[in-house]
Amino acid sequence: MAQLDTRQKLEILADAAKYDASCASSGTSKRNSLDGKGIGSTEGMGICHAYAPDGRCISLLKILLTNSCIFDCHYCINRKSSNVRRARFTAEEVVHLTLSFYKRNYIEGLFLSSGIIRSSNYTMEQLVEVARELRETHDFRGYIHLKTIPDADEELVRQAGLYADRVSINVELPTVSGLKRLAPEKDGRRIEGAMADMKGAIDDLKDARKKYRSAPKFAPAGQSTQMIVGADAAKDGDIIMRARTLYDRFRLRRVYYSAFSPIPDASAVLPLQRPPLMREHRLYQSDWLMRFYGFTPSEVISASTDGMLPLDIDPKLAWALKFRENFPVDVNRAPRDMLLRVPGLGTKAVAAILSSRRWRRLRLDDVARLTVSLKKVQPFICCEDWSPRTLTDKSDLTAWVKPKREQLELFPG
Amino acid sequence: MRAVSLARPDDAAGWRSAARALAQAGVPASDVGWTVAGEGGDLFAEEALPAPTANSRLTVPKPFLGLVDAVICHSDPERFALLYAMLLKLQDNRRALEDRADPLLKRLEVMRKAVGRDIHKMRAFVRFREVEGHDGSERFAAWFEPDHHIVRANAPFFQRRFAAMTWSILTPELCAHWDGAGLSFSEGAVKADAPGGDPVEETWKTYYASIFNPARVKVKAMTAEMPRKYWKNMPETALVPGLIAGARERELAMVERSRQALPAEPRPREAADMAMTKIGSWEQLAEEAQRRHGEEQGNAGTQLVFGEGRRDADLMFVGEQPGDQEDRAGRPFVGPAGQLFDQALGRAGIDRAETYVTNAVKRFKFEQRGKRRIHSKPGAQEIEAYRWWIEAERGLVAPDLTVALGATAARALLGKTVTISKTRGTALELPGGGRGLVTVHPSYLLRIPDKGKADEEMHRFVEDLETARKLAA
Repeated sequence: MAQLDTRQKLEILADAAKYDASCASSGTSKRNSLDGKGIGSTEGMGICHAYAPDGRCISLLKILLTNSCIFDCHYCINRKSSNVRRARFTAEEVVHLTLSFYKRNYIEGLFLSSGIIRSSNYTMEQLVEVARELRETHDFRGYIHLKTIPDADEELVRQAGLYADRVSINVELPTVSGLKRLAPEKDGRRIEGAMADMKGAIDDLKDARKKYRSAPKFAPAGQSTQMIVGADAAKDGDIIMRARTLYDRFRLRRVYYSAFSPIPDASAVLPLQRPPLMREHRLYQSDWLMRFYGFTPSEVISASTDGMLPLDIDPKLAWALKFRENFPVDVNRAPRDMLLRVPGLGTKAVAAILSSRRWRRLRLDDVARLTVSLKKVQPFICCEDWSPRTLTDKSDLTAWVKPKREQLELFPG
Repeated sequence: MRAVSLARPDDAAGWRSAARALAQAGVPASDVGWTVAGEGGDLFAEEALPAPTANSRLTVPKPFLGLVDAVICHSDPERFALLYAMLLKLQDNRRALEDRADPLLKRLEVMRKAVGRDIHKMRAFVRFREVEGHDGSERFAAWFEPDHHIVRANAPFFQRRFAAMTWSILTPELCAHWDGAGLSFSEGAVKADAPGGDPVEETWKTYYASIFNPARVKVKAMTAEMPRKYWKNMPETALVPGLIAGARERELAMVERSRQALPAEPRPREAADMAMTKIGSWEQLAEEAQRRHGEEQGNAGTQLVFGEGRRDADLMFVGEQPGDQEDRAGRPFVGPAGQLFDQALGRAGIDRAETYVTNAVKRFKFEQRGKRRIHSKPGAQEIEAYRWWIEAERGLVAPDLTVALGATAARALLGKTVTISKTRGTALELPGGGRGLVTVHPSYLLRIPDKGKADEEMHRFVEDLETARKLAA
């Protein structure tokens, strides 16, 4: 086989990495390179340097070290039995690519993952080596996200955490039966064990830092995971409960959902059709409701039908329509947690309402200034000069608040 | 009319000192005209600016200073006057910034947001190109066209990030330069002054094209965050039309290539299907249990808790489901309710070792709350899903009497919901054959707060157990 040059490798190894949804570069500790050594900074909020036509943000150089793999997971383009071209970067090539992209302001840093070659430990060593080189040889202060290998030695995983801002291990599928069917060589219990170990390590080093300021920082942006939606039979309800459990047990920063998408040279076990992308979006919305809006998992699920969230309206609106007896909410009197239940009121709008109403009795005009869409909010609130007496009872309320059918995907021609 | 001429479009310090003097002199907003030096203006100064009075202090809340620093960068010529009007408002009411529904404040907030977004997009979309340095060092330059006067405010960000490089960012209004030691600014430039390309851009475009997933085109999501106005200065965006045009074809080709006969998803198990299986041995029961329930999800890390005791017992007890401790131990009735149950059995003269004890549902169902796993009552679905198991156990043990502890067990054995208080303590015919008896679940006794009432209920429970012993004898 002819030698591949770096660009050809990049083509293969970025293509192989794109099924990981996460590209976040936020939430880590603040750093800069004002001391004139090295390069890079992180300032809390991540930056998306470009957007691909799939609507996803490009914040990190997201690549695999190699797409060769000894595993044979059906949903994965890199599985052993797939016919994709294989390539492997050297640590040096990844370091060079990362730095030259970073200096041109294309990226915030590196998201490095890998197929498993030889053994888990060997693979993990290679990943850690890239991170070490970036941090120690080049004083790189940008963002590093390392995918960790579930079976790798604890010591290697610990090193990964010392160099990386974020570490992640994918649970891959929301159900154990799905994992068994589609990733027969992966062991759900071991994945969770690795997440528990990681949580332990993060907690330990955090404690150490409380006592000794000189203790090293360990994965300051925490750990995350991803599951594939639509490759197995799991319902939204199952996925939401599973995500909640993961958040609580392993104190994850994020659970990412990746709508299963057809891959080249797919395994015969997979569904042919992709699930609607909207499903992934609705799951993210429900995630938001639980993390920032005080919804419990069972409340979110109660807005679903047969365990599936509606695709045509968002889960918050679905909940409001189903439990209409909670509305209208009086914006001049209602407590924060009730205001957060109003479809169309975000956390910022609620904060603005709470702040303003100390100074005036809010009228509809005022509410319009505090929210993005008055029309969406109106049927669910009352204020000084507005009460939706007829609206909330109207049986066709759904039609009134439902967004017009939008074209979600756009193909020319 | 008073006229104020500021040194630069983003001259926050100049605005502040002028505004302070005007406000102290009580000049109303309508009497002040604001201009930027060199930008012209049709205002003629009729009166000189009042001299700032040193001793009377004018104070504003701190957040207002942040608002000024941001809004001053906006391109709207009215920004100075609007900020001044807000300053006067704050003199009447120091907490006016809390009144977020105020139209003036709202307008300023919208401006602040626009400036913030412009700053953020500049940090995101500036594309450096390498140029030959004088001494062979790495030198970079970029061309960018911001909407607002943000270059000066934003330059320190690039300094913090790229301190070890030397770089220039050229824009139509103002250029920023970092030489490794200090930031400097020069007059605006034109695009031709910036370098025309960089060899690394081809590699970057390769990455952009490869990371794009053709199976999920969402152009709107892309343009919402990366509006077309920025595209002309970003090398990778030249690829966008081609990527979109080819996407559907690529996806369909992928699907077509893998179109083969597929094994179907496992069928959802039906209750009818469950009841059918005839279980002839304990080994078969264990196998069937693994096959049906071995891979259940929803409560990660739990195990199946099998029934235990004499396999030819006369008396069989059915509880609800394993709890936290039962799940850890892998045995039924070992937690607090189990201990109470043992006590009650003792008082009723029953030796637990002589009985068979199991649960209606064999897996711990819980909600995770922090570190604790909170018991969650099994639903009708779960009870139905496990009914085959109870029936199989009853078939294998063939007890004289099966005692349902609590409503869940009663539902599992009777196939319908019954009221405990109406059915407890008397023998019933079970639908699957054999006799049954319903009583409360021992955990009910644990939940009674009143000591007297709890003793009374314990007594009734023991009575029911005695009845069971007699019926089974």
